[in-house]
Amino acid sequence: MSGTVGGHDLAPGFADPVLGSQSAFRGVLEAMSRPGRVVTLSTLPTAPAPLDPATAALALTLMDFDTPLWLDDAATTDSVTDYLKFHCGCPVTGEPDTARFAIVADAALMPPLDAFDPGNDLYPDQSTTVILQMKSLAEGPRLRLTGPGIERDAIATVDGLPAGFLDQWAANRTLYPLGVDMILTCDEAVLGLPRSIELEG
Amino acid sequence: MTEAGRSTATAGRSVGEAYNFAYLDEQTKRMIRRCILKAVAVPGYQVPFGSREMPLPYGWGTGGIQVTASIIGPDDTLKVIDQGADDTTNAVSIRRFFARVAGIETTDRTAEATVIQTRHRIPEHPMREDQILVLQVPKPEPMRYLEPRELECRKIHGFSEYGLMHVQLYEDIAKFGEITTTYDYPVMVNRRHLMSPTPIPKFDNPKMHRFPALQLFGAGREKRIYAIPPYTEVKSLDFDDHPFEVQTWDECCALCGAEDSFLDEVITDDEGGKMFVCSDSHYCGERRAAGHVGPMEGEDAPSFARPADQEADGS
Ligand SMILES: [Zn+2]
Repeated sequence: MSGTVGGHDLAPGFADPVLGSQSAFRGVLEAMSRPGRVVTLSTLPTAPAPLDPATAALALTLMDFDTPLWLDDAATTDSVTDYLKFHCGCPVTGEPDTARFAIVADAALMPPLDAFDPGNDLYPDQSTTVILQMKSLAEGPRLRLTGPGIERDAIATVDGLPAGFLDQWAANRTLYPLGVDMILTCDEAVLGLPRSIELEG
Repeated sequence: MTEAGRSTATAGRSVGEAYNFAYLDEQTKRMIRRCILKAVAVPGYQVPFGSREMPLPYGWGTGGIQVTASIIGPDDTLKVIDQGADDTTNAVSIRRFFARVAGIETTDRTAEATVIQTRHRIPEHPMREDQILVLQVPKPEPMRYLEPRELECRKIHGFSEYGLMHVQLYEDIAKFGEITTTYDYPVMVNRRHLMSPTPIPKFDNPKMHRFPALQLFGAGREKRIYAIPPYTEVKSLDFDDHPFEVQTWDECCALCGAEDSFLDEVITDDEGGKMFVCSDSHYCGERRAAGHVGPMEGEDAPSFARPADQEADGS
């Protein structure tokens, strides 16, 4: 679907919404099941700037009126909010701790991880999933990941994490089984970072 | 050849005039997909989900079907087994359902499948990283018969207070000299969440440990989804002085001679004649095709009813 909203063109979603979401879901499922593995999504929508196609694919696949969304200032543009309202219908919230999803287009603008909802003791699933757009998922500082989904360890070389991220992640780890989950995106690819994972620089 | 040997090859979108692809509407799939991702993020934790009415009654795998329907795509090849067998009524009807509403290929060969939905067994054939195992769950809460109150069960998991279960198992040992549970034997996942492995025989429990494929669990009646990501630690509860042990048999499979598979005892005639055969019918068939011979080979391989063809169980 595409159209005009508020006087500017609206980027279309998946060419085939049903099969596009299914394909993107399997990609992000693989990424979350095998943290550290960079998974290139095979079916992508046209994304409104500054969203990467992978970020837009995740939004179309996972978000709807049941999932309040928090956007950083970089992602808060008319073309993005119109796109998400039109294709997903998700409410946008200004409070990160009420968001089921967050999209961070500029890592420098990401609030500390503990600003998001970690879920609660009875329902740790009710936590925020933060989608963070990266400069690169192919080159950059080396991270070593261990935990469920990983046979021994996984090495990721990623560029674009916010300053002090490893300390924030370590604090998030101490909340387990509560905690924020993350999906790192860049261009057409995603990398899963569920709360169960230990990170070393 | 059974129905399983054939496969439908309809292209993804040209199927099911009156159906959504894979039956579920997109909003339901999105909701279930979100639950699956949270389940993967917290291995062994039961995520509640809004179960939908399915065209099959509870007890015929509606939880597993909803999980399968939310992940499956036109490129997938689906295998469905019920207590190890591809050719039981339940397995055949679930396979036909997906062939019709998703136009996907189906198979009875473990190695060819990308998604395997199962009730009460894990295939004997090792699974790979590029496969997903979906288990049908009748009773997702391992603490339920010790603690009937849902909120209390949630607290037990929330605060990792699993002492009751240890007491229960130890009472078994005190009374019978061993832990008598042989099916649905509780496991600790990722050293944190106590989980029902579903009514698989405890013979299958060790397969779950550091399994290369993603394991997803769907409970239709109780509306829960849980998961074990690949290579996750899964430990059957036990005690230092009573370590966990799987079943063993003095016999081998009467048809293929396998000594390493889970065996079903089957009655062969009216005079109490019986034999032991592989519960995993595809594994057994594959071995026989490869020339393996069991002690009953040479006589007419007797026909028998598989124990799986029985009543529904709430999954
Ligand atoms: Zn056999």
